[in-house]
Amino acid sequence: MNVAVRKPATQAEASALKLRAAQLRGKIIEMSHAAQAAHLASSLSCVDILTAAYWQVLNVNPERPDDPLRDRFILSKGHAAAALYAALAMKGYFPIEELDTFCKDGGRLAEHPPANLLPGVEAATGSLGHGLPLGCGMALSGRIKGETFRVFALLSDGENNEGSVWEAAMFAAAQKLDNVCVVVDYNKWQATARSNETLMLAPLCDKWAAFGWDAREIDGHDIGALAEAMQRVPNGSGKPVALIAHTVKGKGVSFMEDDNNWHYRAPTAEEVVKAHKELGLA
Amino acid sequence: MRNAFADELNRLGDEDPRLVMLSGDIGNRLFDKFKATHPSRFFNCGVAEANMMGVAAGMAMNGLRPVVYTITPFVTTRCLEQIRTDVCYHEAPVTIVAVGAGLAYFGLGPTHHACEDISFLRSIPNMVVICPGDAFEVRAALRASMQQDHPVYIRMGKKGEPVVHKGPIENFQIGKAITVSDGKDVCLLSTGNMLPETIEAADKLKEQGISARVMSFHTVKPLDDACLSDAFDRFALVATIEEHSLIGGFGAAVSEWLVDARISNRNFLRFGTPDAFFKKSGEQEYAREMLGLSGHQIAKKIVHSLH
Repeated sequence: MNVAVRKPATQAEASALKLRAAQLRGKIIEMSHAAQAAHLASSLSCVDILTAAYWQVLNVNPERPDDPLRDRFILSKGHAAAALYAALAMKGYFPIEELDTFCKDGGRLAEHPPANLLPGVEAATGSLGHGLPLGCGMALSGRIKGETFRVFALLSDGENNEGSVWEAAMFAAAQKLDNVCVVVDYNKWQATARSNETLMLAPLCDKWAAFGWDAREIDGHDIGALAEAMQRVPNGSGKPVALIAHTVKGKGVSFMEDDNNWHYRAPTAEEVVKAHKELGLA
Repeated sequence: MRNAFADELNRLGDEDPRLVMLSGDIGNRLFDKFKATHPSRFFNCGVAEANMMGVAAGMAMNGLRPVVYTITPFVTTRCLEQIRTDVCYHEAPVTIVAVGAGLAYFGLGPTHHACEDISFLRSIPNMVVICPGDAFEVRAALRASMQQDHPVYIRMGKKGEPVVHKGPIENFQIGKAITVSDGKDVCLLSTGNMLPETIEAADKLKEQGISARVMSFHTVKPLDDACLSDAFDRFALVATIEEHSLIGGFGAAVSEWLVDARISNRNFLRFGTPDAFFKKSGEQEYAREMLGLSGHQIAKKIVHSLH
């Protein structure tokens, strides 16, 4: 595939990306309400990362989801499936109407992404700490087969509790997998508590650097900055890249932001209307 | 079995460019030839089995045929969720090869014993479970696994076990038990490295005028229905023999099969390890004697059961 790498050169394009992110958030909130599904705030915190990935960075073609040379995007924080489904549908992998079947009986859109069922879903995730080892395997297989695709894995900060993440981090560094990029959605909360009060992640960026990664901190809601950093993978350092993306859980809706009740709560119909208004979608 | 595995791996590596070898920091010198011939397809993944299994699944999802190898508990229970979710749920064609299964590494203590792995792995959808009976069966099983589009678990003993088959097994089929020697009175179904003890048991039975058929029942999942139907149809006694817990292993699988087939009132014996950890030091032969799994002990119990 030869999809040109794009940059938000113009103000208009940057505005369009912001609108895209707002539309994704609006859709995710609708899905959470319709399904009364959990993990809304976790989904909202990574929307700008997904927007940058799918609309600025990834070399993918929704009409050829199995292209061997496609970039791989693994939603390792599988509990944000609603965000992935909304992005894939808006990108054209399947009809947007299918989002109405989220969590419904007999549908393809389960509360965590399924294996070998839905185009665009690279791996079944939901148990944390699996996406990066899988991604390292994919990246190594690409090296063996002479395929030059890149692998992006989106991890939650709570996911950094898992030992398998750090096993994979050491492995990727030893194998010099410079076509692998981890983005950590560092929203400072995990399911039931502050991340750093649960297991001490800080200093998280230093930890990834100490494990042999080209690690840097980034504003996880700055689509342009995210896109630029992700586009540069591999960046010439010979190391895998870790972007510690500072985010706000529940981002985009004032009454959800940094309120961890929305890890499990689903919005009422009235709250959906209110949220849509705040997102400029009403 | 171990050296046969390494040798067959070299051959398959020459034949199949998809084959990739992942080791959990064991097999010192064992893979030197493979490393020399295929340096880009050998990975020492370190003592990090969860990552190793995930990496293997990721490779298999992109068209390669990884073989993952380390000591049985570490390549099974240590990374069981990665086997279940990354390998089996994705139907990723990973071949998991375990060394030192059952009581083979008895001297290393309970951390290295492996009498629960069949139970765990055969309950996972999409998984095939093979327990080769000797070095030739190891070669055949590894070769057959490369032809599968699904995960395969190969459960080996250690090195230096008696070789039972005369030469390469031409018609090896996953899910099809092999008749090692025929008989008419009792049918001994052996899985994995208990095959030599089973043959010894048959010899002891013969001394007492009892004719035993010996089967190498190498595939525990899927079971060989035809072999089981025939065994329970024709023989006065059927025994399963394994170096694995009686809970969830081969004998348990056959028990489930019997219930589902609505077969009853048959003389059926299960030989395997009890529901216990074994803390005392010693070697495999000591362990088998202690647990009643030596050939002569198996024969004695069968004779007793027939009378």
